[in-house]
This record gives sequence, structure tokens and C-alpha cells, in this order.
Amino acid sequence: MHNPQLNANGELTHLLSTEGLPRAIMTQILDTAASFMEVSAREVKKVPLLRGKSVFNLFFENSTRTRTTFEIAAKRLSADVINLDIGRSSTAKGETLLDTIDNLCAMHANLFVVRHASSGAPYLIAEHLRRIGRDDIHVVNAGDGRHAHPTQGLLDMYTIRHYKQDFSNLRVAIVGDILHSRVARSDIHALTTLGVPEVRAIGPETLLPKHLDKLGVHVFHDMAEGLKDCDVVIMLRLQNERMNGALLPSAGEYFRHYGLTPQKLALAKPDAIVMHPGPMNRGVEIHSAVADGPQAVILPQVTFGIAVRMAVMSIVAGN
Amino acid sequence: MNILIEHGRIVDPASGLDLDRADLYVVDGRIAAVGAAPAGFVAEQTIDAAGCVVCPGLIDLGARLNSIEAELAAAVAGGVTSVVVPPDADPPLDEPELADRLVHRAKEIRKARVLPLGALTLGLQGERLSELAGLKKAGCVAFSQAKVPVVDTEALLRALEYAASFDFPVFLHPQDYWLSRNGIAHDGEVSARLGLAGIPVAAETIAIATIVQLVRDTGCRVHLTRLSSAAGVDLTKAAMAEGLPVSFDIGVHHLLLTENDIGFFDTHARFLPPLRTRNDRAALSAAAAQGFAAVCSDHTPVGADDKLVPFGEAKPGATGLEVLLPLTLKWAEQENLPLAAALARITCAPAAILGLDRGTLAVGAAADICIFDPQAEWTLTPESLRSRGKNSPWLGYPMRGQVRRTLVDGRLVF
Repeated sequence: MHNPQLNANGELTHLLSTEGLPRAIMTQILDTAASFMEVSAREVKKVPLLRGKSVFNLFFENSTRTRTTFEIAAKRLSADVINLDIGRSSTAKGETLLDTIDNLCAMHANLFVVRHASSGAPYLIAEHLRRIGRDDIHVVNAGDGRHAHPTQGLLDMYTIRHYKQDFSNLRVAIVGDILHSRVARSDIHALTTLGVPEVRAIGPETLLPKHLDKLGVHVFHDMAEGLKDCDVVIMLRLQNERMNGALLPSAGEYFRHYGLTPQKLALAKPDAIVMHPGPMNRGVEIHSAVADGPQAVILPQVTFGIAVRMAVMSIVAGN
Repeated sequence: MNILIEHGRIVDPASGLDLDRADLYVVDGRIAAVGAAPAGFVAEQTIDAAGCVVCPGLIDLGARLNSIEAELAAAVAGGVTSVVVPPDADPPLDEPELADRLVHRAKEIRKARVLPLGALTLGLQGERLSELAGLKKAGCVAFSQAKVPVVDTEALLRALEYAASFDFPVFLHPQDYWLSRNGIAHDGEVSARLGLAGIPVAAETIAIATIVQLVRDTGCRVHLTRLSSAAGVDLTKAAMAEGLPVSFDIGVHHLLLTENDIGFFDTHARFLPPLRTRNDRAALSAAAAQGFAAVCSDHTPVGADDKLVPFGEAKPGATGLEVLLPLTLKWAEQENLPLAAALARITCAPAAILGLDRGTLAVGAAADICIFDPQAEWTLTPESLRSRGKNSPWLGYPMRGQVRRTLVDGRLVF
């Protein structure tokens, strides 16, 4: 099947998902990000790779945090950054998604960073750009519905590589609401592509999609069993609206069974790292003693995230 | 009017007739003879059908007519002579006057015949019964909820009891409200990968189990529309084997496509019920091939803008009237099915479900006839369609089989 993320030369032109992203390109992104870590440590934190280019942050769904990290990354690449909070403007006036895109194309955009509540929205935009012959405009998916959040997936890979060096002997557990998580899907595809031999998903059946095994994932309902001998534990955020209802009886019961406490973490390998895409719900999916503990790498993830987003934007839209 | 259709391959699945290079004679809107001319026949019009198949006009068990003129022109261009129209129009077809108007409008247009399904409940709300007898008198051939589930099982029971009192057949789309209300794709591998909310097979099987039990209790004749799963087929076949008055149909797209055809969020592959797995497709195909089910277009024209949106916001369905025949032929070729067996699914099988004395070329039958070139190749493009609905997963694909002429009651309408 035609891979909409790659151009005719097999180069990355949009980043839409970690699924179907060749391992070589993933590695290229991680290596490029490593070179940008040095930039972020400088006094003048800028490189001219996107000078004169316009990056439009199109957030059809609000997320100040993700938008900010993309904004910082684009600015460090010397791009002009325009933030559009579309959720409150155009679509409210009845404009369709593609009308909005056509308008922004006419403003000489070079790169769209897209966050949307519907799975697949960035694919629709990328396909539209192809149809109207605008191969010079690129799309980076900043989270679409439950589908994908590829820059988060890649920054998670960066973090794992930073602490564990090698992917080929790891056991990685992803814990929590995988059904509704675009982060989990992006992590799973990235981990399997990079050669992680054992990816586990831990959660109650109500929070796991059917057929996870087809994605190469081992499913565990019991946290203690699932965490055993893991090298990496990725905790997922539990959205407030999922805590009390048909999926889960209460936040308290969830925490008792699937919250990461120091006792449960002790079942993983002693040098296991704990990751979380943020924002955390302390006392719901993670105990403060773990979140603030020596094994947590949650804040370094945020720092790496900027370098990874710089890498992605410079690769898709750089000269 | 005397019409001679000469030199065609005459295929009538209802009677098993399959004659090469034969002639068919139409007198006063009816089939007068096949083979030799009836005494004293003088053709007023001659149609050369050399190289073509002459078969009964297609009977489509489900097609929405958003713009009636364009869609009825599309029907006859697709060889469809009778169109069953579900009641989910705007407004819903829940009053005799509305049905009456629809039937009359179709007669004025003089293309395909319209067979409306009356709304089983007022406004399709699933609460209060419509005036079924009044709707029947106005021309409704059966009653239906279109694709709107009846949430209240007691209301469904009462509706079937009432319909059974008059021996009115009811078309039901088996889909549990609760298990389908948030879903947008089959709950399976593709929905897991793409992050699309799932509609499990249980949405269909639970509804079928409920309906079958109510049929057992009420004796109401029920036709199940657009089955999508192997398990649904099994349950329905078991009910038929038990002798219950149950029948079912399958949308032609479900005979050919699966969840994998969604690819990267192709909104043209969004259907209701959703496309399911290869196993499900194989079971649907087998059920149709073995003659258990009728096949229909489930024609659902939607505007281009309704598909140029993210997958979950796209309206489900595809244009169907003009592709029912070529897609049925494609299916037959894929499954190695004889032509007559495939054509039976879209002619005499739906006629039997409706209790209609059409869908056959038997002498004396109404001359609803489709003449098509089985070898003609064409490419499906928006411009190639008369329907206002240009929405199709087959856009840009080659089609084989093209209608040359269509007659309704002996009248050349295409």
C-alpha cells in the first residue's frame, strides 16, 4: 500500500504515525535529535535550519503543553511560528477542515503541526495536499483522536535509547488506558519497529483494544505479572471521564490494581525506568513516590521531546 | 406496443432458462414469448441484443433516493427496475400521504418503480406505531426502521404483533443500539490499529437473537437487512432452518470488501454496518452463493463534503444503483459462480422476499427487462454516474458489465 508519509524517493515528507515508518528513518530522527540536544544547552539556542519557513500549529483540540513544545522546537530551528486555536475560530463558523487548510496554504505555510480529536485527520490533510499538488507543504501529526501521537512515541524511543542504549534485549510494559491512547499505539509500533523483543500491555479488558496481539503485544490483566522483569514501564494517563462508569468503577479501585506504587515497581528490574507522557494524575495511575523517585525519567522526556520535534521538523521541512 | 429483443443471451434465473442468441417478444407491457414469435406478432420496435445478456430487471432491496429524479435515472441506467426505498427520508415516511406522494412522483418520472417501506414507528423513534394499514394502502410494500434501532424491546414486540395481525412483512436492520451507537468501524484489528471506536459483531448477533425470538413469538414475517458477519449469517440460517418466516440480504459492497479496505482512513470504506473481516466476507459470500440471501446495493448517495472529513465524521455508505450489476458480476467471477446464479440474487431472490410477481422473464410476466453487455469495460468516475452520489470506494477502478437498455412494464426507460 502507498505510504503517505514518504515521498517518491522514500524520504519522510509527513510524520503521521510510527506505523509504517521505516526503521532507518526512525533511527535518523533519533540521531538528529541527539545532535540537537547540544543546541538546547547553548546560550543562543538556535540553528537556522528552518529560517524563513512558516510553521502553523493547528490545534483543533486544545493542548497547551504539546503546542508549546512544538513552538519552542520550531523557534529553535529559526522558523516563524503561527499558533492557531482552530477549535474556537473557523470550524465554529462552519468552515470545513479542508477549507481551513486551503486558506492557510494561501498564506504560504510550509509545515502544519496538527492536533485533532478525530483519528486520521492528519491523513486527510496530507492526502488533500497531495491532490492539490502542494508537495512543498508538510504535515506533522501532533495527536489525532485515539490513533497516533508519533512525536511522543519517538521521544519515548529517544528516552529509552538514552537510558538503555540498545532496544534488542528489552522488555517494555505499557500500563493503563491503551484503548483510548494514541501514545500507546505510537509507542507499540515504534518499539516493535526498533526491535524490542517483548512489548507488554497491562490493563483491565475494558481499557484494552481487541486484537492487541496482532500488533505484536503480550496482554496482561494482572499488574504484578505484567511488570515482572521489565526494563521500561510506560504509564498512561487515565482521563477523568473514564474513571467512574462502565469502563472502571472508581479511580480508587483503578489505583489499587493498576496504579504504579513503589511496591509494584519493585517487581520490575532494579534499573527499570518509569515514563509518563504527562500530565500525570498522581494517586490515580502513579504514586508520588514513584513519580518523584529515582527511576522516573518523566522530566527528561519533556526535554528530549523538544529535540525530537526539532529533528522531525528539520527532516520533513528542511532544505 | 410490440417490442422484439433479438439475438441476445436470454437468462432467466427464476425459470432456469439460459438461451444463446434467442429472441424475446414483448406485447402490451408483458412478456409474450421467448424463442419463436407469438402468432401475428409484428414488431413496432426492435432492439438488437447481440452480444448482450437479456435478464429480468434488477430488484434492489434498499436504495435511498435523496434527489428522486436523478436517483431513478441512475436506477434504470444500472438495470434496476424496482427500487425498495427505506423510510429514513426527510421527513421519515411515516404518514400515508407521504408514501402516496412518493409513489405518484415516481410514476410521473416514469423510470424505475418505487416500492416504499413505511416507517414502522412514528418518526422512526421506536416508540409509537405508524398507521401501518394506511401506509400499506398508500403503496408501502413492507415496514421498516431503516437503520435506526428500536431501543425498547417491548415496542418492537408490539410492532411485530401488530404487523403480524395484518400479515405485513417487516424489514429490520439488526443492530443493537447500545453496542453500535459510538462505533465507527468493525471492532477488530484495523480499528485497534487506527484508533477507531469499534462496533462488535455482538451488536448484530444480539439484535438477530432478539428479533428471531420475537418472530418465534409473534409469527411476524421479518426480513433482516444488510448482514455483516459470519455469526449473524449462522444465526439467521438457523432461524430459517427452524422454519421461521425470516429472510435476509447483503449489501453488495460487503461481498467484496473487508475492514482492510479502510487502508489509511479511506472514508469511502466507511459503511453501516461496518466492513468486517475476511472470514465474515467469506461467510456472507457463501450465504449469497448458496442462495440463502438476496443481494442489494444499499445505495446511499452522500455529498462530496460528507466524505472529505476525518473518518469518524464521514457519513457511511456508498453509491450503489449503477454498480449493483457490475459488482455482482465481479463477485460471481471471483467466486466462480454461474451467471444465472449471480443474477438470481438481484432478480428473483428479492422478488420472492417481497412476494412480487416480477424478477422473471416467464411468459405473462411484466416486461421489466435489463439488457447488458457482460464484456463492456468502463471506469467508475464521478462523471460516469447519473446518481448525485459520487461516493464510492471503486472510484478510478475498472468495471465490467454495462447496461445497454432497460425496460419497465415494456416501456424503454433507458
